[in-house]
Amino acid sequence: MTEIFGIPIQALLGQLMLGLVNGSFYAMLSLGLAVIFGMLNIINFAHGALYMMGAFLAWMGLEYLGIGYWQALLVAPLMVGIFGIAVERSMLQWLYKLDHLYGLLLTFGLALVLEGLFTNAYGVSGQPYQIPAELSGAFNLGFMFLPKYRAWVIGASLAVCFATWFMIEKTRLGANLRAATENPMLTQAFGINVPLMVMLTYGFGAALAGFAGVLAAPVIQISPLMGSHLIITVFAVVVIGGMGSILGSILTGLGLGVIEGLTRVFYPEASATVVFVIMAIVLMIRPAGLFGKEK
Amino acid sequence: MSRSAHAYLGLLAFGLAAPFFIYPVLVMKILCFALFACAFNLLLGYTGLLSFGHAAFFGTAAYVAGHAIKVWGMPTELGLLTGTLASALLGWAFGSLAIRRQGIYFAMVTLALAQMMYFVFLQAPFTGGEDGLQGVPRGTLLGFIKLADDLNLYYFVLAIFVAAFWLIHRTIHSPFGQILKAIRENEARAISLGYDVAKYKLLAFVLSAALAGLAGATKMLVFKFATLTDAHWHQSGEVVLMTILGGMGTVLGPVVGSTVIVTLQNELADKVGSLVTVIMGAIFMICVLAFRRGIVGESMALYKRMMGLKT
Repeated sequence: MTEIFGIPIQALLGQLMLGLVNGSFYAMLSLGLAVIFGMLNIINFAHGALYMMGAFLAWMGLEYLGIGYWQALLVAPLMVGIFGIAVERSMLQWLYKLDHLYGLLLTFGLALVLEGLFTNAYGVSGQPYQIPAELSGAFNLGFMFLPKYRAWVIGASLAVCFATWFMIEKTRLGANLRAATENPMLTQAFGINVPLMVMLTYGFGAALAGFAGVLAAPVIQISPLMGSHLIITVFAVVVIGGMGSILGSILTGLGLGVIEGLTRVFYPEASATVVFVIMAIVLMIRPAGLFGKEK
Repeated sequence: MSRSAHAYLGLLAFGLAAPFFIYPVLVMKILCFALFACAFNLLLGYTGLLSFGHAAFFGTAAYVAGHAIKVWGMPTELGLLTGTLASALLGWAFGSLAIRRQGIYFAMVTLALAQMMYFVFLQAPFTGGEDGLQGVPRGTLLGFIKLADDLNLYYFVLAIFVAAFWLIHRTIHSPFGQILKAIRENEARAISLGYDVAKYKLLAFVLSAALAGLAGATKMLVFKFATLTDAHWHQSGEVVLMTILGGMGTVLGPVVGSTVIVTLQNELADKVGSLVTVIMGAIFMICVLAFRRGIVGESMALYKRMMGLKT
């Protein structure tokens, strides 16, 4: 058997894949955070809770209504997005004129409420979700087995991330969005409905988190606490990458997932903390973040 | 004598008499969290820095003090001091990293660093992992006052609180405190006036971390254990909630806020179970949406308005 640094290559590649899977979740969530931050100037603490909601909606759909994975992949993010829009209209829109910190605090409260409600209903032990039949099993690549679902998660999230990048950087809607981010007053004066775009942006970010949740449902235990575990790591990812660039968020997310996976192979004790350590190092040598601009 | 001095004396008298008609352990818990929130308020209310990771200091001091007393056999006072020092040191390390970023990033950096400490405590051999550090003896004060007695311990905790509260009060009203407020109001102006803003922020951060640590160590002594809950991000959020609910940037706000929250949790814990989190979250949202000055801040505004109407 081939070995690298005394580690069998299959184990190494397996962890690398797992790292890429985690990295895709980091990428999708930090992308959503960055898009929301760019437009609304708030850090959405509830992002983890929305991700959890997406996973739970998929599970509830299957459990109570018999809605399968593929429909859930469409319906659950839509519902999370609509929930996000309701949150933006009813609460967030009153905070834009205040210090950015209030947005963080409000969404923190929202995250607690959502987490508490789901804990109250389903307890903290996880719910299982079957991998859809089309994606169960594995590809035999000759040198390793690649579970189909993992490949699908990486492919689907990359596609979604790329589509988001394309929409924001290359379409007319994206151009309006960037203009509104740069100067909302002037953009409004040109006849673009900025409050509507703000609302849709939050809804879109929420839907993205919901989508990530459905993707994650078959590979993790669906638990009310799954979001908050992830979101704090994603915050570190965002600090490392900086929120200025969309491609930067995606690359940082994937890269850190891989680094985490490799740490799990070579020094498992540090795998939970490695992202935070990297954040500390980045803060020391490049405080604005890898892709951030110093303001 | 000024009006606020009267208020403090009244509160002190209440504090001295409280254990005779309220369960002392509950009042001690309130005092510990009040100290925690006051330390936090020094940063949020007076320097304008939102740290979302203060549980790291609360928890670290609890673990270090517990370990020092239980395993190293340190006297109680020295154990508390060691815990506080450990938090001050950690505060210096985290503070020097976090002040490199402003505003929202500052909050995220502190949260992430605190989460790192949480994982360290989860894995470190001396913390007892999920079980926590159990059975820390309370020991004696000055070698002869038995702290196992709740009433003796109560007055010790009250003395710690009063001393720390005085220190915070003194800091806020000192020239140093004025500079912190200047940084809060307009950082660029403070820089242009020639102040080394980073140095002042770091000093405020270390002081706040040390006092938060003192609160955590004292709480450990009251309950005789330190657990992961002390270092969890929920704890960091709770101290933010206490401060905002009471009124950030007011001297007494954090005391009021922590009294309300601890009492509420105490009353609700066995009645509504996991819905406590929902209630805490809802209070958080209401405070942010409609009640940003907090209980003390809103009362003061109301009082001023009424006085204004009279004259």
